[in-house]
Amino acid sequence: MRTTAGSGERVTAVSPARLPGTTRTGLSRARLELRVFFREMDAVIFTFAMPVMLLVIFGAIFNGSVANTGVSYRQYFIAGIIASGVMSTTFNTLGATVAIERDDGTLKRLAGTPMPPAAYFVGKILFALVLSVLETVIMLAIGVGLYGLRLPADPGRWVTLAWVFLLSAGTCTLLGIAVSSIPRSARSAAGVVSLPYLALQFISGVYFPFTSLPRVIQQIAALFPLKWMCQGLRSVFLPDALLPAEPAHSWEHPMTALILAAWGVAGLLLCLKTFRWTSRLGG
Amino acid sequence: MTDLTVRARGLRKRYDDVVAINGLDLDIVQGEVFALLGPNGAGKSTTVEIFEGYRKRDAGEVRVLGTDPAVADRAWRARIGIVPQSSRDSAESTVREIVRHFAGFYPNPHDPEEVIEQTGLLEKADTRLHALSGGQRRRVDVALGIVGRPDLVFLDEPTTGFDPEARRQFWTLVRGLSRDGTTIMLTTHYLEEAEALADRVGVIARGQLRAVAPPASLGGRDRATARVTWTGPDGPRSVETRTPTQTVAEISALFGGEIPGLTVSRPTLEDIYLTMIRDAQ
Repeated sequence: MRTTAGSGERVTAVSPARLPGTTRTGLSRARLELRVFFREMDAVIFTFAMPVMLLVIFGAIFNGSVANTGVSYRQYFIAGIIASGVMSTTFNTLGATVAIERDDGTLKRLAGTPMPPAAYFVGKILFALVLSVLETVIMLAIGVGLYGLRLPADPGRWVTLAWVFLLSAGTCTLLGIAVSSIPRSARSAAGVVSLPYLALQFISGVYFPFTSLPRVIQQIAALFPLKWMCQGLRSVFLPDALLPAEPAHSWEHPMTALILAAWGVAGLLLCLKTFRWTSRLGG
Repeated sequence: MTDLTVRARGLRKRYDDVVAINGLDLDIVQGEVFALLGPNGAGKSTTVEIFEGYRKRDAGEVRVLGTDPAVADRAWRARIGIVPQSSRDSAESTVREIVRHFAGFYPNPHDPEEVIEQTGLLEKADTRLHALSGGQRRRVDVALGIVGRPDLVFLDEPTTGFDPEARRQFWTLVRGLSRDGTTIMLTTHYLEEAEALADRVGVIARGQLRAVAPPASLGGRDRATARVTWTGPDGPRSVETRTPTQTVAEISALFGGEIPGLTVSRPTLEDIYLTMIRDAQ
C-alpha cells in the first residue's frame, strides 16, 4: 500500500490492514451479482434457454454420424454448444453487463469507495464461472438424457475437462471485460459483443463438423479461441474414433492450451490497458 | 493547518480547448457545510471530481483530508463519502442489500439498519431501487455515501428535481449529518438551498472562485442599503437607506405607532449572486 504525502497530517488515520480485503469483498460482489441475476427471470431464461433450444433444434434436424467415424452428429455438436454456451455466459454476458455498469454509474460509484479494484473482477469471474458451470451441467444432462451421450469413465478425461473449462471460461471472461470498453453506451453493448460471438459460432465447428468447413475458414477460425474450446470439449466427451475427422487427426491438447492461454493473456493485458471506471460520455 | 479538510491553491483544469478551472483557491474547514454555487458549466462538478479523486488536475495544489486525491489510497477513500449527481445503477438490488453490500467495503462502517432508518428508508428497505421515487433514490445515494462513516461527504447537486417537501426533508437529513461532525461539501444551483444549509458559500464562475462568505454576508449583503417600504396617506412609499432602524423609528413617529404595509428588505442572496455572475462574464 502506497504511503501518501501528508499522511502525517491525518487526525484519524485508518491503517490499511483494517480495510476489508479483496477475497472478502470479491465474494460479496459475486454473491450480490448472482442474487440479482437470478432475480431477473427473463435474463435467466434467455441465458440458459438459448443453447438448450439450439441443441434441441439441431438434434431434431441432423441425424447420422460424422464422416464414417460412427460418432453421431448430435453428440458432436453437444460439445460445440457447450463451448458456445460457455462463451455466451462469459464473453457476451460480461461484455454487455460491464458496459451497462460503466454507463449507469455502478463502476464510478464503486471506484469512489475503498473497495479493492480487483474485487470487482473477482466478483465478475466467479459470477461467470457459476453461470458457465450451470449451463454446462444443463447441456450435459440433455445430452445424456436425450442423445445417448456417455460421460467419460477415464479420470484423465475429467482432468482435461477441468483445464479446458477453466481456461475457456477464464479467457472468455477477460475478453468480455476487455470488449466492454468498445461500446459507447449501454444501448449498443449487446450488439457490439454479439458480432464476434455470432461470427465465431459459425466458423468454429459448433454446429457443423469443423473439417467440413472450407480450408480458409478453418485457418481463420484456428486463430480464435472458440474453435479450440470446441475441440477441447470434444476430446473430453467423444471417443478417439472421431480423430480422423479432426483437422490434425489428433486432439492437439498442447496447442489448445497454448492458444487459449495466449488469448487469456491478451485479454488480461487489454483489460489492464483499456479498463475505465467512468463512461467517456460525460460523468 | 490541520483543521483544513480541503485546501486547493491555483487549481487548473482544461478539456481540449475549454478551460474548466482557471486558478481556483479554496479552503474548507473541518466540520463546516460548504456550498459551491455557480451556473452550469462554471466548473463546479470538475472541481468536486478533482477533490473526490475522479479527475486529474492539470496544475495547482490540492489536499483533501491531508492527502493529494490524485494519488490517494484506499484508506483515504474510506474517509470520504460521495453522493453523485444522479444515479441509475443497481436497479434490481433492494435498498437493504445495497446498503449492506457497501458497508462491507469499509473498515468501520455504520450499522446498515441505522443508516436505512436515518435516511428515512425503513419502509422501503426491501424495495428494489428501480421502484423508488426520485427523492427516495437520492436517499439511497446518501445512505451509500455515509454508511462508511466518512469524515467528509460530497453532495453534488443533491436535490435537483425534488419537490419542495422532499427538499425540506433532505435538508433535515444533511443538517443531521453536519450535527454529527461530518464536513460537507455541497454543490447546488438552488440559492435557497445554500442559504438554508451552508455555513459558508463560495460562488464559482468561469473557473474561478469569485467570493466566499457566510450566506448572510455574501457580497456585502449585510452592509448593503436596505429598502423600507410602507403605505402612506397618498399610496405606497419607499426609501433606500443605510440606517433602516432609524428610518422606521421616524416613520413610526409620524404614524404615532404602527406603520401600514411596512417592509424592510436587503438584496436577496439571488440578487447578489446574479450580480457576481454577471460581473464575471
